[in-house]
Amino acid sequence: MKYDREWDVIVVGAGPAGIKAGEELAKRGLKTLVIDRKQEIGAPKRCGEGLSMRWIKISGLEPEPIWARQYINGAILISPKGKKIVIDTDKLGKGSGYIIERKMFEKFLAANAIRAGAKFMLKANVYDLVMEDDYVKGVRVNYMGDDLELRAKIVVAADGVDSRIGRMAGLNTTLPLTEMDSGFQYEMAGVELLDPNKMELYFGNEVAPRGYVWVFPKGKDVANVGIGINGANEKTARYYLDKWIEENWDRFKNASVIEINAGGIPVTKPVDEFVGNGIMLTGDAARMVNPIHGGGMGTALEAAGMLADVAKEAIASGDVSKEKLKKFQDMWMEKHGEEFAKILKVRHFFERLNDEQLEAIADMALKGGLTPDVLVDLGHGKGLVEVAKALLKASPAAAKLVWEFIKG
Amino acid sequence: MAVRIDRDKCMYCGACTSVCPFLALELRETYVHVHEDKCKECGICVKACPVGAISLPRGDTQ
Repeated sequence: MKYDREWDVIVVGAGPAGIKAGEELAKRGLKTLVIDRKQEIGAPKRCGEGLSMRWIKISGLEPEPIWARQYINGAILISPKGKKIVIDTDKLGKGSGYIIERKMFEKFLAANAIRAGAKFMLKANVYDLVMEDDYVKGVRVNYMGDDLELRAKIVVAADGVDSRIGRMAGLNTTLPLTEMDSGFQYEMAGVELLDPNKMELYFGNEVAPRGYVWVFPKGKDVANVGIGINGANEKTARYYLDKWIEENWDRFKNASVIEINAGGIPVTKPVDEFVGNGIMLTGDAARMVNPIHGGGMGTALEAAGMLADVAKEAIASGDVSKEKLKKFQDMWMEKHGEEFAKILKVRHFFERLNDEQLEAIADMALKGGLTPDVLVDLGHGKGLVEVAKALLKASPAAAKLVWEFIKG
Repeated sequence: MAVRIDRDKCMYCGACTSVCPFLALELRETYVHVHEDKCKECGICVKACPVGAISLPRGDTQ
């Protein structure tokens, strides 16, 4: 394949953030190239593949059979002692969605981007940035063995949680170990599911320290069975997931693995700086990730429109300075900054709960002291005061924790 | 000296590259490349790895 050397925008990373950015940039008439280190878009996934209807709609999409694998109308939360709290999101009228086939989803998105005019270059590893007068002016890539210099007015770093591009440009994107969850997952067939339309989430400090085990159905007996735990844990995510599967062997005795996945999940606030001279970060690279569950596809897709608006305006004005591009960060923070800060607070609260306190919360929920509505809203950073109150009533020993939370 | 990555275990998922403070680890298509000149053997990546594929040359994890 032949590729031009001069572009308006080069997007590094063809995940949901980069592909959608490519589409939105191309739609605005910018000559856009999306490049990826891998030889195939969408694989290997580092993802549990849950995407809510809210984000599907915000992204201007409809669930397509080619990638929307399984309709999800709720969740079953399982306490350390095995108590089950069932949330029906159809009844609540919010929170439903799909477990998607990530690989097909990304290829679907890429086809849309290509129809909008974007070009793609795969198996192209960026090994350096073209820097001139303190501006990013392009990338140096190795494309299938050949070193090429590709120039652009703006480089977009959509290269995921392990973003090197931002760091090459001098932005601090290193993720502190305590703010990353270490993730591991088996996609399995032959699994006995509690309900093929409900996500299962298992909590407990023995199950998944500072995280949870998930079972996300992709069919009547197919599921992503995964775990996210505190990155600083002495034992590995794989250790904890294997242990959990063994302890629940009855459900897995007829199952086997069809795919193995791993990855780091940023569970923290967004990076301090989304932009520099001639460079913009988006998606996981900017840590646009909901810190309660680690989901990042929706925000990544949504950010593309904002990014493209700002990039177009900057390029048209001939000014791609950090100051000019900062509008992207301002827009995003205006939309999600406060919400995500609250969600992070919810996370920090739950991280400090011991199994006894988690159990107390489960008891409250089963007795009706905490409604499913409140539990769903936790994912949006709301309802923490209600949980804290309920916990205080159920477990006086937790009073100190609640007090610290209210104070903080 | 630098950290060692067991390529048989490595999932090339990028958890280690995300937390390395020194840009010493680089995710390639089917492996993680260790820039030995940059590695300070701090051990952060050892803990981050979801599958325990990384070890320090001396064999400890601190």
